[in-house]
This record gives sequence, structure tokens and C-alpha cells, in this order.
Amino acid sequence: MSNLSREDVAHVAMLARIQLEDAELDRLAAQLDQIVDWVGQVGEVASADVPPMSHPMPLANVTRPDEVRDSLTVEQALANAPQAQDDRFAVPRILDEE
Amino acid sequence: MSDPTTHAASGAGAADADLTRLTAVEMADRLAAGALTSVELTQAHLDRIERIDPTLNAFLLVDAEGALATAREVDAARAAGEQLPRLAGVPVAVKDIACTQGLTTTAGSRMLEDFVPPYDATVVARIRQARMPILGKTNMDEFAMGSSTEHSAFGPTRNPWDLDRIPGGSGGGSSAAVAAYLAPLAIGSDTGGSIRQPAAVTGTVGTKPTYGAVSRYGIIALASSLDQIGPCARTVADAALLHEVIAGHDPMDSTSVDAPVPDVVGAAGTTDLSGLRVGVVREISGSDQGFQPGVQARFDEALDALRDLGAEITEVSCPHFAYAMAAYYLILPSEASSNLARYDAMRYGRRVTPDGSPSAEQVMGASRDAGFGDEVKRRIILGTYALSSGYYDAYYGQAQKVRTLIARDFEAAFEQVDVLVSPTAPTTAFRIGDKTEDPMAMYLNDIATIPANLAGVPGMSVPSGTADEDGLPAGLQILAPAMQDQRLYAVGAALEARLRERQGGYVIEQAPEIEVRA
Amino acid sequence: MSTRTSAGPDRTVPYDDLLTRYEPVLGLEVHVELGTATKMFCGCATGFGAEPNTQTCPVCLGLPGALPVVNRTAVESAIRIGLALNCGIAEWCRFARKNYFYPDMPKNFQTSQYDEPIAVDGWLDVEVPPREGVDEEPFTYRVEIERAHMEEDTGKSTHVGGSTGRIHGASHSLVDYNRAGIPLIEIVTKPLTGAGERAPEVARAYVGALRDLLRALDVSDVKMEQGSLRCDANVSLMPTGAERFGTRTETKNVNSLRSVERAVRYEMTRHAAVLDAGESILQETRHWHEDTGITTSGRPKSDADDYRYFPEPDLVPVAPTREDVERLRATLPENPAERRRRLQEEWGYSDLEMRDVVNAGAVEVIEATVAVGASPAAARKWWMGELARRAKTAGEDGSAVGLLDLGVTPAHVAELDDLVTSGRLNDSMARQTLDGVLAGEGSPTEVADARGLELVQDDGALQAAVDEVLAENPDVVEKIRGGKVQAVGALIGQVMKKMRGQADAGRARQLILDTLGVQG
Ligand SMILES: [Mg+2]
Ligand SMILES: [Zn+2]
Repeated sequence: MSNLSREDVAHVAMLARIQLEDAELDRLAAQLDQIVDWVGQVGEVASADVPPMSHPMPLANVTRPDEVRDSLTVEQALANAPQAQDDRFAVPRILDEE
Repeated sequence: MSDPTTHAASGAGAADADLTRLTAVEMADRLAAGALTSVELTQAHLDRIERIDPTLNAFLLVDAEGALATAREVDAARAAGEQLPRLAGVPVAVKDIACTQGLTTTAGSRMLEDFVPPYDATVVARIRQARMPILGKTNMDEFAMGSSTEHSAFGPTRNPWDLDRIPGGSGGGSSAAVAAYLAPLAIGSDTGGSIRQPAAVTGTVGTKPTYGAVSRYGIIALASSLDQIGPCARTVADAALLHEVIAGHDPMDSTSVDAPVPDVVGAAGTTDLSGLRVGVVREISGSDQGFQPGVQARFDEALDALRDLGAEITEVSCPHFAYAMAAYYLILPSEASSNLARYDAMRYGRRVTPDGSPSAEQVMGASRDAGFGDEVKRRIILGTYALSSGYYDAYYGQAQKVRTLIARDFEAAFEQVDVLVSPTAPTTAFRIGDKTEDPMAMYLNDIATIPANLAGVPGMSVPSGTADEDGLPAGLQILAPAMQDQRLYAVGAALEARLRERQGGYVIEQAPEIEVRA
Repeated sequence: MSTRTSAGPDRTVPYDDLLTRYEPVLGLEVHVELGTATKMFCGCATGFGAEPNTQTCPVCLGLPGALPVVNRTAVESAIRIGLALNCGIAEWCRFARKNYFYPDMPKNFQTSQYDEPIAVDGWLDVEVPPREGVDEEPFTYRVEIERAHMEEDTGKSTHVGGSTGRIHGASHSLVDYNRAGIPLIEIVTKPLTGAGERAPEVARAYVGALRDLLRALDVSDVKMEQGSLRCDANVSLMPTGAERFGTRTETKNVNSLRSVERAVRYEMTRHAAVLDAGESILQETRHWHEDTGITTSGRPKSDADDYRYFPEPDLVPVAPTREDVERLRATLPENPAERRRRLQEEWGYSDLEMRDVVNAGAVEVIEATVAVGASPAAARKWWMGELARRAKTAGEDGSAVGLLDLGVTPAHVAELDDLVTSGRLNDSMARQTLDGVLAGEGSPTEVADARGLELVQDDGALQAAVDEVLAENPDVVEKIRGGKVQAVGALIGQVMKKMRGQADAGRARQLILDTLGVQG
């Protein structure tokens, strides 16, 4: 039985903003189906009373004082920008929302 | 470990070879004594890199100018009678996962081919404070995803023991550089074994400290809750010195542990393990786990050696380790899918613009398709899937519970014993290309190293010898409770000394001289 | 991905009409930018209006390797806001990553809180003012608060190449990340039911009350026009008597109190028209247009809204101790509405006077003026009268400025009033003194001294002037003696003129009457 259909992979790739070509999608879908099947074994062990562990060290309340530190210069900030204009990052047209 | 003589390979006529074959401890001592300058030492390494590295491809970038500038400063400071840190003037290589201000930092990815960070990772800042010349940036699997360095966008690194084999991964560049005497020390990062497994297959020493013991600030994140930075070296004492330089609390990393650094350097002088309780983890040791016979044989001998040193060996069981791989391959891709979302070609990184008048969304999609390699895409998609609505509980949530069970296994085991041991990797170095088409087979390399990352405990790989069937090195993994990193160094140093006595030298000295390829 | 299908404006039905058939349900989400010195997770400054991309660092630009560290003051502000909204404060909570791609969001995830917010289950009572000719009393409504949580702001995009700087038709966008990472508190109400026809006013009153509360807490400058307070209004209708809520729309970009009311009202009339036609509401975001007073279709809810929340692994939990919470509770100011009631009583203002003072934003300045010795009546008289009048044109090129920007302090006003009540200055002299204070000539006493402003206290000079004026106006004197006492006014003016204004008009009147032997 397939865990992960080609459509699933296409949808997830869309969520992850990776524009896959068809051949790539076919290949990844097959591999991922196998991997998902294998990782699914985590469902075999842990019961409801086992708390999830998101972090290895039991730390809490790590904060910093509200004190200003030096920012980068605008030149540094923009140095790696694929495109910049008027001291801002130039990005392609944005669809959807305002 | 106070042998004052060098163990330079006999007959290696060139002066650079002599110098590069010193241990970091010896280099530091000679520098301190004024018997050697940092410029000489650094230049010797740069010369060797120039000669050997075109064959190995361990470095993605060599910063001769920067390294020599630091070396000159150190020499001048020493001449002026300044009190200098222990490793001042001893060169080091840095995995290309650590941001270096002004030096291109790629994480092995096409995506970051031209990325020049405007800041230093904390680890790099500490290396600079320790006044160690940085030779350059070492090769790695793209975004540290892999166990062979074959997933680097800039070509694989070759294993100095056998140029047709992998040097382990993801930190194959660092371990190969150290194994090939291109650098005495290197920085690695270990998310599921990326310091320890390369150390094992290159006959070197590598430590993954306790999670939070070394700052992750400025380290290109793979999986935030698993990543840890550590030292790569040829000897346990050398590794301890670098460990001491990089460890310690950093307010820039919220997950950094605010506690004193354990005395790893002191522990690396240990020669006697009387009374130490050593546990062999049944689930990640033994031939019934499918480990290569030569790897298993060296492991069994290492247990004998530990016994000789006074340790008491018992077998312990960590039943949930069987699920560690599956949990790891859910947690890592999930966190990675989010950590790597920032590579969208808007602020930095490689931008690919499809024909026409594409939207930001289309440019992101095309750039990420072109900028990421297969393994990265595989894991991002897997992680995105595992976090997506309707699947979170069954995958990511469940994996986090397995993590709890594994941590409990460790707790229970550490009630019985002081350290745990296993072979570091199931096999010696495999051939380049052997596993690239089978991601699952590649994943299984990390079966013994992954549990430590899931639980956050420290681990080290020390050479255990070479396998009879292929003459390639194997490693012994030592695991200790969190914040007890010094135990790794005590056990590692004592074992190293015993094997050295028995074999007449360090395991790394059995490596053949590298044949430079045209 | 735009799904705008219909051209032209949406249909609506008359407001009063829809209320006979539908019950509105509101949900309000307010984002407040905290006024901390630095951002939520890095040490970059937060000042408004800085040059583009000058307040950024590896952390808030989402550079490879950068890690967040939580701003302690932001957490404390969040707790204080939660307490002021009568919420419970979590003993342990975490940040989560909300994953979605958008160019103004550097990491392509927003560090926010998901299922573990810092504050939950509170309320805020709001007062809707009485409608003229309809209500006697204000309408009080308890807004139930679901949660208040911490998160970070995004950068700001400017759209280039389109006609009006709008997103549609733009060729590309320019992004400034100065705002990215500024601490936000998102305050979410529970579904608000039962407000009926007053729903739009309740929405407005709530946002206004929240604004006052946040200002009193001194956690934000709460300027809706600058975006430091932003409101998203969820609106749905259900048929009267129904038990299940209708499909809601979320109207974004509502950035004035008036707009909150108008946007809710508009959406109610639009929903009703759709429902009346037997069609169903599309769950989507809507954009509010201040100029035309309508909303337009934004983005439908879709599969792409899978935010893949998970606990932020680069941060550790926030676990405020109960001592910390109590320490913060002790710093809470009086509730603004209660405070207003108390002050009105103390000051003896009428409802109308108090409302004018509140609307003029003069409560604090009057309070400060009373505190330094002025009477409440005098403080109101000066601030709401002469000073309010001058503030209207005190700006550059005659524009209006705020009362506090005039350069007159509460102490000045109290001193000035004292000069009047003690009899040193009359009103006209006080106004001249004020001119000097506004011109930066010093305190009222200093100005009056320098300008020689002082009522003549010595009756001798005044009596001489009175005698002169009486001698010059025998006809008027005749009239007064004949019983037309009001004719005295004509003489007072002449006396004042002779005194060059430096006399008390009341005293002049008395002397005239006394001299003529007439009862006033
Ligand atoms: Mg939000
Ligand atoms: Zn910043």
C-alpha cells in the first residue's frame, strides 16, 4: 500500500516552495513512499502517557535585557542580496495579499 | 600522553611534512618554547594543502592570506612577550557550516555558492580569540545532510586511506583534512553522527559535546534540537584542547548551557580506568546487528583493552534505540524543512528567474529547485509532510515521544554504568557511489551515533584499529551522561594510549602516503 | 492565485433591515507593536521611521546560522497586558514556528505562539456611548478575551511599477526589514455574540478601550495610523435564533477606530445580501478600503494555509514564576474606564465636560495640572479653552499640534491660574503672559515681571482715573444716577483705557459706583 501518493508529494513540494519537474517528482515520490513507510514505525512504541520531548536540555526562561546592540550597516545587510534598489531588497512581484 | 618526541613519518624529507605531522599539543609546545613560528607552521600546512588537496577536495576555500596574517600577529605578540592562549598560532580548519565574516560560507550548497556572511559564528569568534590561524573552510554534505560528503554540491571529498572511498559525512572535509595532515585540528558539526562517523572511517578522533555545551550561533542550522559543534583531531589530547577553546556559555544561543566547561584537557591525561563501569549497548553493538567483522573484531579488542585498564564491562540494553533511526528521520527533516525555508533567493542566495514575468513565489520555487540537491529536497519534502496538518501527531509528535523513551533508556543505562560504548559505524569507509542511489542504505550508517543526538548526551569516536578484511580504520564510540564530557576524554585517552603501546603508534600512522592525482 | 471573480461592488442590504433576520457574531484580533527598545529576538532598535534596512542584523534578516534570544521586557509587557485583560498567565508556555513563505518574512516562518499562549481567558468591559435621542445610558458589553500571545512583526514591502503603489499590477517589490522582528502581542477575542445592532459600535468601543488600556500600561504607542495597533475584524451572521455560527470573513487593514465600526457594519450588510440570495459566504480575507468604505475580496482559505506549527527548537520555554507575575501585577495602572469615572467625580465635571476632556485627550494633562495646585475648573478652563484654541494653529504653517506639544507645562498653567486668582493678573493680562510663555520667555511669573504685567492694586491711581472719566462724561453720570446702572459699563472701558489695561475691571466698577454713591 502506498503511504504517499505522487499528488501528496506534489502538494507538499508546493508547501515547501520547491518547483519539481515531473521526472524528479516521480523519482522522489517512490523514494519518499518507502521512507515514510519506514519512519512510520515510530507509531508502534510510544503510548499516550509518554510526553513528547522537543528539546534535550531542560532549560527555561532564557532571555536577554532590552538593550540595543549594533545593527548591520545597510551595505552589509544588502551585500548578499540578489537584487537591491533604494537601500531595499528587490523581490519579484508578490501575488495574493496586501 | 606526554611523549615529547614527534611521530613524524620517517623519510618524509620535506620540512613541511615534519611540521604537519606534529600533534597539536606538540605544535603548541614548540610555539610556546620559541622553537617554531606560527608562520612556518601555517605555511607548512598551506603548502601541503596546495599539494594534496586537489586530490582530496577536503577544502572548499583556503584562506592563505588570512591564516598567515593571524600567524604573523601571533608570532609578533609572542616575540613581544605577550601571554598567549594555549593553541595560539596552531592552525585549524573550519567546516563550511560555520559562518565566517568576509569568507564565503556555502554549507556545501549551490544555493549559498556566493554567500559571504557579515558575521562570525561564536565558535569562529572563539577560535579567533584563541588566536588560531584559520586555514580555510572544509567540504561537507549539502547542509550537512549525508554520511559520505558525496552530497556536497562541490564534489565529494576522498578518504586519505583510500581515495576511492568516502571520508564519512557530513563532515568528511574536516576529518579528511585532519587525517591527511592538512590541518592538525578542525571544527565539525554533528546532528546524527557527522563528527563521529567521519572520525571513525578516517582513523581520527571526533567529539560531539553535550547538546548546548558549544554555541550554535552562526552555525548553519540543520536540525536545531540535534545539532552540536565539536572538535576533530588526530589525538584525544588535541581534541580536548580544541574542545576547551570552543565550549562554554553563549548568550546568543538560547539553548546554550550556562555551566562550567568540564575539565576535558585534564581528563585527556587519564591512563588508568580502575573502577570505571563501562556498558556495552546490546542494540548497537555485536555481529548480530550486521556490523562488518573487522569492525566488530576491533571493537571486541577495545573492550579487552578497557578491561586491562581496570574498567568493568557489562552489557546494557536500550530497547528503544531500535526506533531511534525512524524518530531521527522524522525530527531532522521536520526541523530542517523549517530551518531551510529561509533559502528563498529573496535576501541572499542563488536566484533563478524563470522566463516571463514570474512572481516571487515562482522565483522561490525555481531557485529552491535549482539551488538544492536531491538529498536536501528529499528531506525537506519529508519534513514538510511530517509536520503537515493531519500528519503531525502520527509522525513528528510520535517521534518526539520516541525521543523521550530513548532519553529514558540512557538514564536507566547511566544508573548502571559510567559510560556506554559501541562501534561508531557499522562498516569501514564504503566506496564512493556505492550508496548514492539508495538513501535508506546511506541512513543506516548512523545507527550507532543517532541516539546520542536524540538525547543530547555527549559522544566521541576514537580509532580502534583497522579492519583485517580491508585495512581501513574503525572507530569506538564512547557515550557519557549530559555535561559529563570529560568522561569521554578519560576513556578515549586511556584507550588510545593502550592501543598505541600495543601497535607502536597511533592508528592514523598506518595510513598510506597519499598519491597525488593529476 | 487571485480568485477575484466578480467585477464591481458587492451587493448590500440596508443595515436596519438585516437585523430583523440575522444575529452578528464578531471576532476581533488586535496586533500591538510593543514599545520596547529592541526587537523580540535580537538587539536591533525599533524606532519608527529609520532609514530602510538600518535596523537589521543576522537574526532579524534570517541569515544562515542566526539564532533568536527572547527580549525579557517584551515577555513582561505580554504578562502585564494579559493581567490587565483579566487573563490567566501560563505557568509554562512555548514559542512555535508558523511556517509559510512570504518575501517580507525573513525566515519564512513567524516565531509566534500556537497552542501554548502566555495569557488566556480574560475579559474587558467596554462602554458604548449612548446614541443621541435614543439611549439615556451608555451600553456596557463584556468582551471575552480568548488569548494574548507573543510574536514578531514582518518587514514592509513597497510595490513598484503599478499605478498606485498597490500590489496588483506591480512589477516588483522593495522590502525594508526594519520592522521585521519587532515584538507583537496578538490579542484575540472569543466569538462576541448578543451585541445585535450595536455590534459595529461594540467593535469600535473595544478597540478604543484596548488602546486606552495599552496606553495606560505604557507598553506601546498604540498609533493606529502608524500601524503600531492593527485590527482584523472577523464577522459572520447567523439567522436569528440559530445555534451555529455562520461562515466568517476576516477583514484586514482596518486602521482607525472609525474604520473598525464601518468595516464591521459594511461586512454585515454584505453578508446579509449574500445570505438573502440563498448563497453562501466564502471564507476568505477581505481588504478594507478607507476611501470607498467597502471591503474587497482578498485570499480564500485554502490548503496553502497549512502552517505546520511546531515548537520553536531554538528557544526554550517561558515559565514565569508566580512571584514574577505578582510583581508585574503590582505595576498595573488603574483601569482607564474606572479611572475616568473616579476623576470625573473628583473634579466635579458634568458628563458632557468629561467626555469633551476625554475626546480631547486632555485627561492626563488636566490631572497633572490639578496635581500641581490648580483647581479642576481652572485646569479645564485653560486646557480646553485658550490652550486648545492655540493648539489648533500652533504648528508649522498653522497646522494643529497636540496639547502637550505647545511647550506649556501643567506647572505653567497652575502658576498662571494662581496669578489670576491672587489678583495679580486679569484675563487679558494672563493671555499676554501666555504669549510670552509660548514664545519661550520663561515661566508665567518671569514673563509677567519682564513685561511689567500687574494689576494696579493701589486704588489711588485708579480713583484718579475714575474721577477723570466721571468729569469727562457728565451725561453718562446723569443716567447712572437716574437708575440706569448698566451704563457704568461704558465708563469702565474708559477707565481701563486710561490705566492701559493694568487694572481690575471689577474694582473700577466698584469705585465708579462708590464715587457716585449708587448701589450696584
Ligand atoms: Mg498572529
Ligand atoms: Zn536584528
